[in-house]
Amino acid sequence: MDQIENSHDEFELISFCIGDQEFCLDIMAVREIRGWTQATPLPHSPSYVRGVINLRGAVLPILDLKTRLGLGVTEVSPRSVIIVVHIGGRLVGLLVDAVSEILATTKASIQPTPNVACDTVNRFVRGIIALEGRMVSWISLDHILPEQEAAEAA
Amino acid sequence: MDPLESIKVTFFQECDELLADLEAGLLALESGQGDSDTINAVFRAVHSVKGGAGAFGFEPMVKFAHVFETALDAMRSGSLAAETDTLKTMLRASDVLADHVQAAKGQGAVDEARTLTMAEELAALTAPPETALGSVAPMGAAADEPPTDEWGFRPLKMAIDGPAEDGDGWTLIMRPKAEMYAKGDDAAILLRELGRLGPCEASFEDSALPEFDFLNPEASYLVWRVKIPGDVAEAAIRDVFDFVGDECPIDLTRGEAAALAPGPVAPVVDIDALLQAAKAETAASAPKPLAAAAPAPSGEDPAAKDSAKAPGPGAAATIRVDLDRVDRLIDLVGELVINQAMLQQRVGESDLARSSTVAIGLDELEQLTREIQDSVMAIRAQPVKSVFQRMPRLVREIAGSTGKQVRLVTEGENTEVDKTVIERLSDPITHMLRNAIDHGLETPEERMAAGKPAEGVVRLAALHRSGRIVLEVSDDGKGINRKRVREIAVNKGLIGADAQLSDDEIDNLIFLPGFSTATVVSNISGRGVGMDVVKRSIQALGGRISISSQPGRGSTFTLSLPLTLAVLDGMVVTAAGQTLVAPLTAIIETLQPKPGEVRPLGPRGAVLAVRGAHVPLIDIGVALGWRDIPIDPTAGVTLLVESEVGGRAALVVDAIQGQRQVVIKSLESNFQRVEAIAAATILGDGRVALILDVDAVIDARFLERIEPVSLAKAS
Amino acid sequence: MTGRTILTVDDSRMMREMLLMVLRDAGFNVVQAEDGVDGLSVLSATSPDVIITDINMPRMDGYGFIEHVRKDERHRATPILVLSTESAPEKKARAREAGATGWIVKPFNADNLLGAIRRVSA
Repeated sequence: MDQIENSHDEFELISFCIGDQEFCLDIMAVREIRGWTQATPLPHSPSYVRGVINLRGAVLPILDLKTRLGLGVTEVSPRSVIIVVHIGGRLVGLLVDAVSEILATTKASIQPTPNVACDTVNRFVRGIIALEGRMVSWISLDHILPEQEAAEAA
Repeated sequence: MDPLESIKVTFFQECDELLADLEAGLLALESGQGDSDTINAVFRAVHSVKGGAGAFGFEPMVKFAHVFETALDAMRSGSLAAETDTLKTMLRASDVLADHVQAAKGQGAVDEARTLTMAEELAALTAPPETALGSVAPMGAAADEPPTDEWGFRPLKMAIDGPAEDGDGWTLIMRPKAEMYAKGDDAAILLRELGRLGPCEASFEDSALPEFDFLNPEASYLVWRVKIPGDVAEAAIRDVFDFVGDECPIDLTRGEAAALAPGPVAPVVDIDALLQAAKAETAASAPKPLAAAAPAPSGEDPAAKDSAKAPGPGAAATIRVDLDRVDRLIDLVGELVINQAMLQQRVGESDLARSSTVAIGLDELEQLTREIQDSVMAIRAQPVKSVFQRMPRLVREIAGSTGKQVRLVTEGENTEVDKTVIERLSDPITHMLRNAIDHGLETPEERMAAGKPAEGVVRLAALHRSGRIVLEVSDDGKGINRKRVREIAVNKGLIGADAQLSDDEIDNLIFLPGFSTATVVSNISGRGVGMDVVKRSIQALGGRISISSQPGRGSTFTLSLPLTLAVLDGMVVTAAGQTLVAPLTAIIETLQPKPGEVRPLGPRGAVLAVRGAHVPLIDIGVALGWRDIPIDPTAGVTLLVESEVGGRAALVVDAIQGQRQVVIKSLESNFQRVEAIAAATILGDGRVALILDVDAVIDARFLERIEPVSLAKAS
Repeated sequence: MTGRTILTVDDSRMMREMLLMVLRDAGFNVVQAEDGVDGLSVLSATSPDVIITDINMPRMDGYGFIEHVRKDERHRATPILVLSTESAPEKKARAREAGATGWIVKPFNADNLLGAIRRVSA
């Protein structure tokens, strides 16, 4: 996942909103961004699994990133989007409130995640990027899928 | 891929085929069905493995194959009789050879001690007893065989010889005979090859050449003398004549000494001119295509034209296609099916009359789509033979390690099934066979005491039944000890001590997780796996497994699988507002329950009376966690379904939409296995619908009924 | 040497592929046959410059194949190389007797294969 070899090499992140917080993902992990489609719910699955949708013939699981991060349940609006990402060999859709922009940054400008004694933050946030007074949390996808599968998917 | 690597892949594929042929041939000989053709084929199999192994430098395999081949050669020539014991040895040798192939593939290691013992046994077959007992190790003998010999053609090895002896060149006299020309060879070529060794001077003596009128175009009249530089190695010169032997006798001497005798020597000419002369002679001795008696030149040969059109009478009408291409085609056809369904749905939703040309055209499209799909699936269908062929060895090994006598009978090995399924048949069959021999069959002594033949019979059969492939593994052993099975299940807390179970239900307890009758984990195929694992892996394929048993007479495992993992005939239903697909094969009938037929049982449960029997009612919406309160079964529809294990159940759904063939999409490829769900599909509206795992839904019920202890723990 | 056609007759798919790879790389056209019978049927439609044949094959072995080729007016002068793992002198004599021009011992390498082809082709 970590494709940055030199701390001064510029790389790109895609930023998005969940509630009033800003997050971002390595753009290399993103395959496409699409609008929201009603998902077919999966039985016996964690609350953050919204279900599955048809992505051009493939069955794509949709995770509510807001729920996954412990921030509540996403209220789907016309601005809601699904960010389709590669995680290991899988394609997974992440439901977020809105996509904002593409950020160019360097490894050097990323700050380590402050220890806020929150398990969710520790597991899903790789680092913090300070940007013109805003703070963007860099999401790690390594543990996004349900636990028992993470090892296999990685 | 590196071309050599891809050839290696071919070699391994070919090895698998050859090993299967080898085993089949030896088994045929053992049962007295073989003839000299069988022996030849068996010989060729080992011979070809050896040849390929040599090409890739798999030396241990080459050595072992060589010893094996020697024994088979003796059988081929009749000096070794095809007796049962000999053939048993050879069958074991074929297993060792198969191990070598596996090792070469990088899968497993070769047991060197076993190889050596086996090689000695093979060598002993052809050697007189006293020699076999002697100290000459057969592997050594094979190794001693010179890697190169007089057949070897090595133009490079003689570049190093003594220093050139200036002024003291070679003189070569060659006398090609007519026979040499008859084998497609030519003095001109020999001269050219000599010319490659260094600057040569050649001359010929034509005193034997008759007047033109008496010239026999097929005779050889010229004697050649070639002067070759002294720094050319003698071996290099002789190598040029390696192929021709005594059909072109040569005299090779140092210096000018040898003159062409008898008769005068023609003036020295340069080699190019000589080549022209030699070519003229060749031309004279070559067949005359224009002669009236000779056949027409090849281009105008009518037979040749015919054969050019057809690929020859012997060539079977088959092609080899990369599996990826077929898979891609199957994917596309799957998309086509979905698109066709979508189109049909859209048209259905529009106001077009059913008799409109659009609707009729669409019906035809559906028919065509279905036919294309069937045809494409047929491309990937393969006989189960490839899996069955691996089993005789397994049975031999299990028999050997358990001390039991077993005869394997196979039936229906030409039954075809999709490649995706075939690849996954091997493990379940292996486990079932192992179970049949390990636990089903008695020892020879026990069998004799029971009045049975010492040799047990295990039958492996494949057949098609109602759109599925059914595999049966049966033995004529002692059958399931129901008392013991029941005890174990009670002791392990799998069932209550007072549970009322039918014989069938007891037999099928062996599939419960945590149940294993084997007191020692047997090591036969390297790992001990319980029947619950076998069952789960089969369920994952949309299959079912069951066992039936008769005490003292034996047991039969029946395994049924879909013919393909690509499509499924399903019943599309609605439950809790969601669209689901239930596999048609699991559904016995659909029922509209009447109020009097639904009876409560226990605090939450209910059963449905169906023709005198009571089957549990399962609300699918509740079972999948989509609602908490079951709907009134009389307000919905029930699907009467059957599982091999838990008998019947009535699944309550809100409504039935209809029957449809659906394309199976894996949930695991992007997500993970979901409880009670077999797979997913995409329906005509473009949305994903889940395919119900009926057995899993019923199993949960089944466990609930017979497993009060664990259920209490779970809830 | 390029542009010439070589017929390879071998029942082993691997060996055919191996020959194909080496010969194609060396610029030859290659036609293939799976055994003697197949080889003869291919020869009815093509006239290769050199024939390379295995000995141990089903239906018609290499000796039988060579004998048939030598009886055919159109191919009787075509050089035939025997490709065999068998190296006994009597086998060699037998091949020669049947009409083989030369021989190559398996396993072969590209050098000795191409050397043998060069050696027999005019």
